[in-house]
Amino acid sequence: MFGKLTLDALKHGPIESGVSYSVGIVAIIVITLLFYFKGWEGLWKGWITTLDPKRIGRMYLIVSLLMLFKGVVDAGMIRAQLAFSVGESHGYLESNHFQQIFTAHGTSMIFFVGMGVVFGLLNIIVPLQIGARDVAFPFLNSLSFWLFSVGAILVNLSLMVGNFSGAGWLPYPPLSELQYSPDVGIDYWIWSVQIAGIGSLLSGVNFFVTILKMRAPGMTLMRMPLFTWSALNAMVLVIFAFPILTVALALLSLDRTLGMHFFTTDGGGNPMLFVNLIWAWGHPEVYILILPFFGVFSEVVSTFSEKRLFGYTSMVWALAAITFLSFLVWLHHFFTMGAGANVNAFFGVMTMLIAVPTGVKVFNWLFTMYGGRIHFKTPMLWFLAFIFIFGTGGMTGVLMAIPPADYQVHNSLFLIAHFHSMVIGGVLFGFFAAYSYWFPKVFGFTLNEKIGRYAFWCWFMGFILAIMPLYVLGMMGATRRLDHYDASTGWQPLYIVAAVGIIFIVLGVILQNIQLLASIAERRRNRDYTGDPWNGRTLEWATSSPPKFYNFAFVPEVHGRDAFWSMKQAEKAGGEHEHHYEAIHMPKRSGMGFYIGMWVFLLGFGLIWHIWWLVALTFLGMLIFTIIRLSDDEPEQLIPASKIKRIDLTKRHVHNGHS
Amino acid sequence: MGTASHAGTGQETYERTVFGFWVYLMTDCILFATLFATYVVLQNNLNGGPSGKELFHLPFALSETLILLVSSFTSGLAVMAAQNLKKVPTLTWLGATFLLGLAFIILEVTEFTHLVQEGNSWQRSAFLSSFFTLVGTHGAHITSGLLWILVMLFQIAFRGINIASLRRVACLGLFWHFLDVIWIFIFTIVYLMGAL
Repeated sequence: MFGKLTLDALKHGPIESGVSYSVGIVAIIVITLLFYFKGWEGLWKGWITTLDPKRIGRMYLIVSLLMLFKGVVDAGMIRAQLAFSVGESHGYLESNHFQQIFTAHGTSMIFFVGMGVVFGLLNIIVPLQIGARDVAFPFLNSLSFWLFSVGAILVNLSLMVGNFSGAGWLPYPPLSELQYSPDVGIDYWIWSVQIAGIGSLLSGVNFFVTILKMRAPGMTLMRMPLFTWSALNAMVLVIFAFPILTVALALLSLDRTLGMHFFTTDGGGNPMLFVNLIWAWGHPEVYILILPFFGVFSEVVSTFSEKRLFGYTSMVWALAAITFLSFLVWLHHFFTMGAGANVNAFFGVMTMLIAVPTGVKVFNWLFTMYGGRIHFKTPMLWFLAFIFIFGTGGMTGVLMAIPPADYQVHNSLFLIAHFHSMVIGGVLFGFFAAYSYWFPKVFGFTLNEKIGRYAFWCWFMGFILAIMPLYVLGMMGATRRLDHYDASTGWQPLYIVAAVGIIFIVLGVILQNIQLLASIAERRRNRDYTGDPWNGRTLEWATSSPPKFYNFAFVPEVHGRDAFWSMKQAEKAGGEHEHHYEAIHMPKRSGMGFYIGMWVFLLGFGLIWHIWWLVALTFLGMLIFTIIRLSDDEPEQLIPASKIKRIDLTKRHVHNGHS
Repeated sequence: MGTASHAGTGQETYERTVFGFWVYLMTDCILFATLFATYVVLQNNLNGGPSGKELFHLPFALSETLILLVSSFTSGLAVMAAQNLKKVPTLTWLGATFLLGLAFIILEVTEFTHLVQEGNSWQRSAFLSSFFTLVGTHGAHITSGLLWILVMLFQIAFRGINIASLRRVACLGLFWHFLDVIWIFIFTIVYLMGAL
């Protein structure tokens, strides 16, 4: 009746039970508060059924930040275990539990933090930057978000019902085959990533079409802001790479559920085929994560240097070169597979080649600062830290691109230090820069600078302490995924330093929360009435903060790069335009994305636990709801010009009254 | 280039959706490319079981191919009829496409059933796993296409042809031609190269 699901699935150790109870208690508190403040209607109408990309973007960010919290806690547990699990002592975690924790850490951080902040920012910023009112397919966007959330829910559900995968963030066979991992952990991993991945693929198509088809009149490709360019390149990568992930995961699940022989050790299967497929997706994936933040830094540097970006054209070509080359390097993740000297040499050279366009970008950012009027606001601090960390991480990456050198440090902590430099220094610091840069645009008031600086320094110090020792440990022979080591290795002092680093990072997280609360408390003082708090250059600063649901009352006309900057210059010269309000088509809100998401959630649960009647039922439900939605001929509403005029003039009145 | 000022008007939604559907088809193309690559890597891993040479009957596969080619032609006629706003011909050609697609699926299921009954299921060898997955994924696409045709038949029969149903029929036509192209590759790489 319930497949593999029995009451045993609910029995857990003290740590997991504690987490389960806390989640339960928080859920009860939230639900009570919603009833008390009668928030259900607002939640349903304003958020769950919304098709407004600015709101969907914020929901992406909320889910990502919750998963970031989980990921940081996982990291803390890993570091705490390794600081003490030496010699006689075996730490506080059993091996099995430790494996689930590092798997959950990587899975959460890449799939649900990294991808979540990328799509969150794209949703909020891209339509504004290209002067559009919406994305190309608003309903598809909502569905993508709910698929992403369902993936996140399934990862967390594994804490309470059953267990999670212990095979690492990419479950290599044969370990991940039924023979060696018979429980549901791997299935939880497969289906949460599969569902979220399909959401990402749909989003990739959506934003690709949005950027190519919905730009404001006059915005040619070579006039697009760099963030939009980087988003476009990342979406090309999504379109090319994510189908490979879909297939790789599907084949692994076919092995596990239908007894096929793709990656098994018997029946003619080939485990290395999985490793090739997963990295053919996985390497482009890391560029999907980092490219949008290259875009963020381009915006931040040029805004806070009051200069147009140095070498715009070379920046665009560098992005394109990275996008292309990222598909030719996947084998550097497993030089030790033994593909032969020539194959390894090819992939080594290709890997080193990527450093060239990346170097072009770094120098262009620095040259943008050169001779500029630099304002050292928090986003600039994150940028400078990024240059330092990403620079060292990039150099160790080039080192590992040399196959013989890679043989020495393969799967050691040296590698871990390298990719944490890229992901924390690049993606996470990039997100923090974007957070403080675009916060006033989204919420209408700026963040507290002083606490922001404190948080930055804690994060930066914490990163240095937590990650730099790993380079040394890697050179000393420490490998990844160990839960215990011998005292004679002499590793313990460095492991303790790394654990202390986590304490600083946690302090940084706490300060970021305090910064948010303090900024909310003093929001009247920090209110942004102009819509342009940083003297910005691109179109998102041309509208109010926060923007109205239609983004722009009048579609902006673009006459060059840095469209808003030139508008401001033209206005100074005395050019005023007469505008006529016109009616705007906007999509109606829809609960179908949420409903379909919930069907998929139950479908995923059924597939994980082999509850076949549930699978059949929910598949049918999903199908019927999809057909109903796709048969709807009137998903849009027309907002009359008079209403647009009223909203827009109220805004201007308030603006004039305060400035 | 599109202008955002009229976001949502019928013609723009039409163009944007058809372009978006092309992009989706490209992702589907990568999906099939990955399955083809998997098949090519694993096709000689027979695990002591039968090879394609012993299993495939070319006349059978050829008849499947011809049926699908004809259905691609009828689906093209359906799209043209819809663009000329002719309801009855649209329904007729869509119906013909449906029947041909159904015939194709029945043939494929027959072939699969035979293989399984003779003990050559997807569990037999890596070769058969990749064969069933590649051909089966194409079959699953055809099945969802059949469902799509059914929905369109009802929509057009009861609501007539409007810009929304025209858009959907245009995408359906693209989808069906795309699946035909994929089948040509399956016929060549799996059946022809396997049986010869």
